[in-house]
Amino acid sequence: MKNLKFLIIGIVFGIILSKSEVVSWYRIYEMFKFQSFHMYGVIASAIAMGVIFIQLFKRGIIKDFQGNPINVKPKKKGFIRTFVGGSIFGLGWALAGACPGPIFVLIGHGAMTIFIVLLGAMIGAFIYGLLSKKLPS
Amino acid sequence: MEFISQPWPWYVAGPAIAFVLFLMFYFGKAFGVSTNLETFCTLSGAGKFSDYFKTDWKSRTWSLVFVVGIIIGGLISSQYLMPSEAIALNPETVQDLAALGFANAGNEYLPAEIFSTNNLLSLKGIGILLVAGLCIGFGTRYAGGCTSGHAITGLSSLQLPSLVAVIGFFAGGLLMVWFLFPLIF
Repeated sequence: MKNLKFLIIGIVFGIILSKSEVVSWYRIYEMFKFQSFHMYGVIASAIAMGVIFIQLFKRGIIKDFQGNPINVKPKKKGFIRTFVGGSIFGLGWALAGACPGPIFVLIGHGAMTIFIVLLGAMIGAFIYGLLSKKLPS
Repeated sequence: MEFISQPWPWYVAGPAIAFVLFLMFYFGKAFGVSTNLETFCTLSGAGKFSDYFKTDWKSRTWSLVFVVGIIIGGLISSQYLMPSEAIALNPETVQDLAALGFANAGNEYLPAEIFSTNNLLSLKGIGILLVAGLCIGFGTRYAGGCTSGHAITGLSSLQLPSLVAVIGFFAGGLLMVWFLFPLIF
């Protein structure tokens, strides 16, 4: 049951994304149309708080629950990988109005058609896996 | 109970998401969702086709449990915490969407024009959902993260690859909404 805590954190995350309307297709659309501050406020304030937490981790002021230092794994480098991959992700994010977290929240809401988006995302991840060695980074 | 009846403003949601990030790291893991897409592939037998998927999925059980939690969180919200599904949209947004053929914008979380089950009966309807998913799945794995992994965790830890990825997220999103939407809808 050591994973129970992740179930609870997931539930909390699902509720936050639901109550803040971040999982609404319209909130993503208006963000890309620059017609509302909501999503920018959510993302910017999350990052602002996140910077503080991660600095506290890096300086060893906050340790993990077992007293070990917390390390943030560096992301894979490569301009093509991050920019092209990111742009393709952005196309899907805007069209579906959902990124991976909200896809699962919307399944919880009972939105049936989101399963097609999830299926597509799995196929997309599968295609990436097949091509991963051949793609430029 | 305004906490339940009203949507939460950005200054509640953003710090709350950062707190989720904090908890994940505090418990020795990382904050991110999209790697689970690969784990699903592994569980579906993708290892038969590529060694890329021959991973020890059991070491990622915690993340699968996190995703199950997200689904339950969505279920609890829609059952008990969302008395109204209306989204208070900018009138301009409603107008722009009406011009694209979206009626009643903001009445529910999701537009019926894309997410109605009737759309499963048309090639275009299914195509939109499937292609959106394909882009999300392929893009996030190629880029190495999604909104949680790159935008929140990556930018919070001041990583340059995440900044490039997020610029990419917006490049793709803006291209879709400003140039492709009028062609699709």
